Amino acid sequence: MKQEFPKGEIKSIQGRSFTIRGDDIDTDRIIPARFLKCVSFAALGEQVFADDRKELKGNHPFDLDHNKGANILIVNDNFGCGSSREHAPQALMRWGIRLIIGESFAEIFFGNCLALGIPCLTATKKEITKLQNLVEEDHTQKWYFKLKELSITNQIETVKLDLEEGAYNMLSTGKWDATSQLLDEEEKIKYTISKLPYLNNFR
Amino acid sequence: MSSGTLYDKVWNFHQVKELPGGSTQLFIGLHLIHEVTSPQAFSALNEKNLGVKFPNLTVATVDHIVPTSNQQRPFSDPLAEEMLATLENNCKTHGIKFHGIGSDSQGVVHVMAPELGLTQPGMTVACGDSHTSTHGAFGAIAFGIGTSQVRDVLASQSLAMNKLKVRRIWVAGELQKGVYAKDLILHIIRHLGVKGGVGFAYEFAGPAIEKLSMEGRMTICNMAIEGGARCGYINPDETTFRYIKGKAHAPKGPEWDKAVSWWKSLASDSKATFDDEIQLDGSSIEPTVTWGITPGQGISIKETIPNPELLPKNEQQIAKDACKYMNLKPDEPIEGKSIDVCFIGSCTNGRLSDLQEASKIVKGHSVATGIRAFVVPGSQKVAKEAKEKGIDKIFLKAGFEWREPGCSMCLAMNPDKLEGRQISASSSNRNFKGRQGSANGRTLLMSPAMVAAAAINGKVTDVRNFLQE
Repeated sequence: MKQEFPKGEIKSIQGRSFTIRGDDIDTDRIIPARFLKCVSFAALGEQVFADDRKELKGNHPFDLDHNKGANILIVNDNFGCGSSREHAPQALMRWGIRLIIGESFAEIFFGNCLALGIPCLTATKKEITKLQNLVEEDHTQKWYFKLKELSITNQIETVKLDLEEGAYNMLSTGKWDATSQLLDEEEKIKYTISKLPYLNNFR
Repeated sequence: MSSGTLYDKVWNFHQVKELPGGSTQLFIGLHLIHEVTSPQAFSALNEKNLGVKFPNLTVATVDHIVPTSNQQRPFSDPLAEEMLATLENNCKTHGIKFHGIGSDSQGVVHVMAPELGLTQPGMTVACGDSHTSTHGAFGAIAFGIGTSQVRDVLASQSLAMNKLKVRRIWVAGELQKGVYAKDLILHIIRHLGVKGGVGFAYEFAGPAIEKLSMEGRMTICNMAIEGGARCGYINPDETTFRYIKGKAHAPKGPEWDKAVSWWKSLASDSKATFDDEIQLDGSSIEPTVTWGITPGQGISIKETIPNPELLPKNEQQIAKDACKYMNLKPDEPIEGKSIDVCFIGSCTNGRLSDLQEASKIVKGHSVATGIRAFVVPGSQKVAKEAKEKGIDKIFLKAGFEWREPGCSMCLAMNPDKLEGRQISASSSNRNFKGRQGSANGRTLLMSPAMVAAAAINGKVTDVRNFLQE
């Protein structure tokens, strides 16, 4: 089955959700380094959290049958710290994740997700704990995220979320894929170069 | 909001435009690439029918997947060979200078670029590797990026970025004998936490920082990211200029004086405003070792494993996980803990002075029975200079293996790996679960001299015991 990856404006996401609990989950755990030996991201979806999954012998959230097809991940604090490897968000995306909600995210991971059109939103520890408990009560329930309202709801309970303004604007306008914008400014780039001493013999 | 800091000044020089989303289009003066995070970026360029805008501002090397026992091509691991060949082809197609296998400037990207004089004050430096913060040691704004951003830099030599806040970390005093830059940065991360720096650039300043060599400064900035700070930097001074002078890409002739005066003007003003300031006493720091599964879980060699119940609430769970994973009990001393493997190398501590300091400890001793100990120079240049000084012989005589340059067991993408539950004393930067190639392998981070002491005694040792002899 060919997967659809995020494109254009990201205004709402709906689907089933599950949790990965724990603070400081680093990108080595999300995708161990041995899987970085590739020249394409295509096969990474199957390898997400490979070592953690092996250890739990089928009982890891990414292996549980009832989580198959879920697309919203609820995590804790400082998720995605460590290595800058985009292989980590790529692996999550290719497994099927389209939205991540947590207490906080490491900066490079956050930016890598944004560059793929995967929003990472935050809420307080208290709200995340509440959300994780709600999610785990019933794996079949559907969750609805609306960017404009900065909230996620199962239509009974609603959790307010936070997102920095820049990322919000990029997602709502579909300009999270920055390449074309960056290429628009050829003249301004040339001007910047002309003012940089180290590219002009320190004149 | 910060003003008058080096970060502000360098940022302003490189600002291309405010983007509609509110972020800034930032020009990148030096782009470094390697085999792991670049192939998909080149593929994306091809898919979009784009070229490399300024091939002369991108420089490539190969480091992560390089076998360190024998660099003979083709590599015996076909996947590693494919990654190297892909990078070679991409560089050739796009006219990018590649310091590959066989070149005397191949090495870990954050070791070889400064050696060539590519890294200079006032630049913006980006690389698809989180330890790019290393280059901040020169007074550059340097940060790691993901592969989509590598694509953007190749295509446009710029990135969409948000400006960071600036925290100055002032380290007073002087490091004691047996205490190195590595101990200082582990101490800083321990106290500010692994996410304390999220949203910040760290300016490292103060007498203890100024006294560090460029190599020590690189160790400090290298691990800024382990404290959550995407970039860390040190204001350029005479130590910086002395290091750069005469390097292959350093300004020459009449340009040199002009360069130095521009570089001097970039240092944070005496009246600069910081978003946050922290002061530490460098002279009270002891040799520091991590005991857990994040670089923030460090203690001095004389301390005991913390009792998770007595830690702040938000650190308790990860400390419990760490005790379980590391098989360490609360209140037991870290000194004397048996180890299996000793690794000296990496972009944190694989430079000449690192090997030199470690060799001083090793000289006249032997690696303890049953310990596997090896040294991986950070670059061909480090290897060559170490050999000229006879440092390789000191290690070999003591029973260490002496390897070819690469990232090696810092992240174990090559054949150098821990096995099973082995525990390493490692001069690298990350002690995450599974980091060194075995899913349940364990890592104790420390300075190269401390690794050397551990190799000789077969257990975690206070390096100062060797310095008194």
